[in-house]
Amino acid sequence: MTKDELIAKLKTIVQPYIQDETAFANLSENTDFISDLKINSANLVDVILDVEDEFDIRIENDDMEKMISVKSAMDIINEKLAQK
Amino acid sequence: MTSNQIISLLPYQEPFLFVDELTSISSDGIKGYYSFKKDAYFYEGHFKDNPITPGVILTECMAQIGVVCLGIYIMKDEVSENSHPQIALTSSQVDFFLPVLPGEKVTVISEKEVFRFNKLKCKVKLYNEKEELVCRGTISGMIKA
Repeated sequence: MTKDELIAKLKTIVQPYIQDETAFANLSENTDFISDLKINSANLVDVILDVEDEFDIRIENDDMEKMISVKSAMDIINEKLAQK
Repeated sequence: MTSNQIISLLPYQEPFLFVDELTSISSDGIKGYYSFKKDAYFYEGHFKDNPITPGVILTECMAQIGVVCLGIYIMKDEVSENSHPQIALTSSQVDFFLPVLPGEKVTVISEKEVFRFNKLKCKVKLYNEKEELVCRGTISGMIKA
């Protein structure tokens, strides 16, 4: 999967949970889920569960704590996909 | 963990406690009941001269029994009398089918759908004494010990 494809998939996943439309429209690798998109902690769990379903991977507690931006989410997804 | 122990850890009190007793408890689901007091404060205004239990109060009853009590049980190894659990309702989607009148006893049955990263999501149903479905829905909350 290319980087752009991965970002596009993530964008679809986070869309239902974002509160900042402008930040969402400008979403890039550097976008932060909490400070930019204003996703709350309960919805961040939803994002992670949806990421697990979409990519058929399992995210652990340690990964969850790191998964706070598009970049870190991409790193974790790629790492988990590589382990499969 | 008994029904009384769970109820004692709830962060609610009168007039906003909507749990009388829990009759079946496991980490996958919970069942409990509550009898609405005939003189509850909200009947004065909902509705004028026609007291009916508000849907938001039925939702609250479902959330207290079905999500908060279940959440406390699931986290029983981490909660204690000294560390009252912190809770927050994060989403609810409920459909209503029948009215509940003052004095009616309702039973709430909740099934855990998912508990991950401190978020508990449940499918919850509320029945009246005739065992008719009053309302049902999906309620989620965050819980921290």
